[in-house]
Amino acid sequence: MIPAASNAAPGSASETGTDKPAHDPAWRGRITATVLALIILWPTLVMTEFKPWLLLDRQSLDSTWRFLSAFFPPAHSSEFLLLVLDATWQTIAMATAGLVLAMLGAIPLTLIVNEHLSVSRMGSGRMSMPAWLVRQSVRWLLVLLRSVPELVWALIFVRIVGLGPTAAVLAIALTYCGMLGKVYAEILESSDTHATDTLLRNGSGRLAAFFYGTLPSAATELMSYTIYRWECAIRGSVVMGYVGAGGLGQRMDESTKMLAGSEVSTMLIVFVLLVAAADLVSKLFRKGLE
Amino acid sequence: MSDDILPKAPPVVSLPALLALLGILALTVASFISLAIDWRSLFSAESLSSTWKFFQEFAPVNTTSPLLQKVLYASLETLAMSALGTGIAAACGIAMALPASGRFGKSALYASRLLLNIARAIPELVWASIMLIAAGLGPFAGTIALAAHTTGVLGRLFAEALENASPLPETTLRINGAGAITAFLYATLPQRLPQMLSYTLYRWENNIRAAAILGVVGAGGLGQMLKYHLSLFQMQTAATVIIAMLLLVAMVDGLSFAIRRWLVN
Repeated sequence: MIPAASNAAPGSASETGTDKPAHDPAWRGRITATVLALIILWPTLVMTEFKPWLLLDRQSLDSTWRFLSAFFPPAHSSEFLLLVLDATWQTIAMATAGLVLAMLGAIPLTLIVNEHLSVSRMGSGRMSMPAWLVRQSVRWLLVLLRSVPELVWALIFVRIVGLGPTAAVLAIALTYCGMLGKVYAEILESSDTHATDTLLRNGSGRLAAFFYGTLPSAATELMSYTIYRWECAIRGSVVMGYVGAGGLGQRMDESTKMLAGSEVSTMLIVFVLLVAAADLVSKLFRKGLE
Repeated sequence: MSDDILPKAPPVVSLPALLALLGILALTVASFISLAIDWRSLFSAESLSSTWKFFQEFAPVNTTSPLLQKVLYASLETLAMSALGTGIAAACGIAMALPASGRFGKSALYASRLLLNIARAIPELVWASIMLIAAGLGPFAGTIALAAHTTGVLGRLFAEALENASPLPETTLRINGAGAITAFLYATLPQRLPQMLSYTLYRWENNIRAAAILGVVGAGGLGQMLKYHLSLFQMQTAATVIIAMLLLVAMVDGLSFAIRRWLVN
């Protein structure tokens, strides 16, 4: 709560003498901001049932302590480690398969959305009505796909295809198709269109114009964004285990519910390492692309 | 002849790129094989029609007024969770950013960075499922979970922001006899406050999305309603909740965009 000094009354220094101002020159703004914050804070605290003292109550302290004290040493029997390794691979596989499917969906949708490949726009500068309608409806489809959170997709698919990794793969595929489609279209439309335009005007086909005109200059950025999304998908696929979609998340959920602190701590360590590794791989790849 | 004048054409694909492509291909194939998804039965006419039927059950969205009131309350709860979680995280983030920007020596720097990295690496949902043990079911656990993850994110961003602040104003105040806290509050913090506020608002947008789904593990808000109605197969009610989620997220996006534009001007 420190508003800029411009709120200070300009005369205050001269009124009180130059040696020592009587009070903080910006006090009015500070007090207003504090009061406003308190007024907003009150209903917020009530709605979130914010009762930190419950954390300090005897029973909850006991169970927390029992859970946390089991964190060390982490579970490390070879049987359990194999189980975790298997779950970790499943998590990576779900993310990879989901992202590949998302790409397969996003690429054709991007080609449809891309306005620079519009032939009807070339002469008049305006798209024909049906072309415009197709582009807009694909755009809205992409918005719908990415606005529904991936976990909600997973919840729905678990009810359709049953528990297991299939639900997670489908959920990642749909959400990331929406995200990739949008960002691919943005990257392609912000790239230099001169080559594509020239090719199209001289009678080249649309796909050829795309491959020889647009793609070469945008390829690096497209790949870099896709790899970044792969990293996000790995994080996402862990979370989806919590609704029964397999992988590390499902194991973590089971162990947490059984209050098996040592197992949870092993899996948290594996998870942090997995995220760090995905981060590293994605950084290396993107550096290699530049 | 011309072979001597022209430079050699670069190879179409360099060796590292080829290896990387092969690696990606191998990972993809291995993923699909090990998951063993039964695509044929997934896309059989029978399962496609049952999927279609499943989605049709969402169709007439439930709009009875008691439900709408409940959804409204859950939306406000989600909003409150995200706002309070982000607020707590901003306060803790500043507290952690002070040691993490190297103000209290090397050992404090490494310790606080390690803590921030761990807090950041664990997603909100995992935090929530662990917090349920300490705080019990309900929005409180969700709020703490959001605060924990966001502290990791904001703490790191704040530390970077503080490191990039010009040290001169603070040094000047210190040389002229101001206390350490006063010097920080009046010299360094005001320089970086707009940027830190903008980071916080951006995280708030993310946290609304997270808060909407945290309830899936029992941490309150819209997610808890969704999980409940979906597990009872009350699809039309679930559809109302999903639409409320979409509206909430769109609203906050708009609001945050407006605030940020106002801050910039």
